[in-house]
Amino acid sequence: MLKGRHLIDPMDFTKEELNEIFDYAELIIKNPEKYSHTCDGKILATLFYEPSTRTRFSFEAAMLRLGGRVIGFSEPNSSSVAKGESIADTIRTVSCYADIAVMRHPKEGAPQVASTYSSIPVINAGDGGHVHPTQTLTDLLTIKSRFNRLSNLKVGFCGDLKFGRTVHSLIKALSRYENNSFILISPKELKIPDYIRDEVLNKNNIEYREVEKIEDVMGELDILYMTRVQRERFFNEEEYLRLKDSYIIDGEKMKKAKDDMIVMHPLPRVNEISYEVDEDKRAYYFKQAKYGMFVRMALISKLLGVDE
Amino acid sequence: MLTINSIKNGIVIDHIKAGYGMKIFEYLGLDKADYTVALIMNAPSEKIGRKDIIKIENAIDIDYTALGLIEPNATINIIENEKIKEKINLKLPERVENIIKCKNPRCVTSIENYIPHVFYLVDEEKGEYRCKYCDEIYKVHDK
Repeated sequence: MLKGRHLIDPMDFTKEELNEIFDYAELIIKNPEKYSHTCDGKILATLFYEPSTRTRFSFEAAMLRLGGRVIGFSEPNSSSVAKGESIADTIRTVSCYADIAVMRHPKEGAPQVASTYSSIPVINAGDGGHVHPTQTLTDLLTIKSRFNRLSNLKVGFCGDLKFGRTVHSLIKALSRYENNSFILISPKELKIPDYIRDEVLNKNNIEYREVEKIEDVMGELDILYMTRVQRERFFNEEEYLRLKDSYIIDGEKMKKAKDDMIVMHPLPRVNEISYEVDEDKRAYYFKQAKYGMFVRMALISKLLGVDE
Repeated sequence: MLTINSIKNGIVIDHIKAGYGMKIFEYLGLDKADYTVALIMNAPSEKIGRKDIIKIENAIDIDYTALGLIEPNATINIIENEKIKEKINLKLPERVENIIKCKNPRCVTSIENYIPHVFYLVDEEKGEYRCKYCDEIYKVHDK
């Protein structure tokens, strides 16, 4: 039963509960018209303590497409937060006006605090460098829709695997399904943190390899999940120049990839995927953004309990 | 070896890892006690080589959760009429509230000062706790 629940961490829901959301999202995708009034009279509050236009639009579009309405703020200076109001007081007040709330906050754990004091469901829309659970739901729905399964997949993660929270969450989430294996492609400075290697991969006996160059593994992958590599993360310029091209996907590299693989990216991209790849049928990142909206529609419906 | 009289009624905290006795002594506020207390340091121990011992000639209330966090290997003997009435083995508590503080400057506890600092035990052997809010690891043995 998802009605009345919060979504704070990507692992809050069981696999069965996730399936419930994905099944509902697939129904919406097939016939969006049918669901365009399921949230009539409901209000979503978007509490964005730091700007994130893309995520906010996705949530707002999701609610509007369900027939609901939206209130909120998109940066703290235009809200009572600027006057020093606590998270607890803000969410208690918002609980009086809205039926469900979405929170983006620069401090890690802020949505968790909000959920403690809230009488309406709270969705974490990203808390600092910590977690971003609806991105994980987006990624999983994209994969499930394309492959019709979340198991038996070889997934390459490429780029900044050290600080990339979307990567950590997706590795954790995919580790719950059978027979997935990972190829972790990054410069040595940006390898996955030890706790992911020890507590997730090794602990669950999951097959994985760590490599430095994408060219060597391109042909093996079912999914290539790209992230941005930032220059400032490197220890020295020489190392950055040596490796930077290795983390840019272009038409040449795509020639080595399987015909039925897909390229994903949480967006926004900078230069890690060349524009020529956009025309390739395997480029899935914009579809992924659309799935993001659909999965948020399904999530909002389930937490509000309007799906029955 | 020094001789310290056995106590009649009170508490003996034994098997404290050498060097941690003073920490516990201070935590329990025994430096301000108006009853007899003894802190024995670097006593030989078959079990752990060298140990500290604290003897308290008074029945005081001790927060075993916090004590478990400072020295989980210590044992507590409750003494009544010069006999051990009860033996308590400490261990790391599963959940601790407002005893350790999250050191992550990005954690929400750094700005919202009304919320309790809550940690959950994730690895008893390594003595690792995880912050309820930001997942930051706190290592008991690094203290």
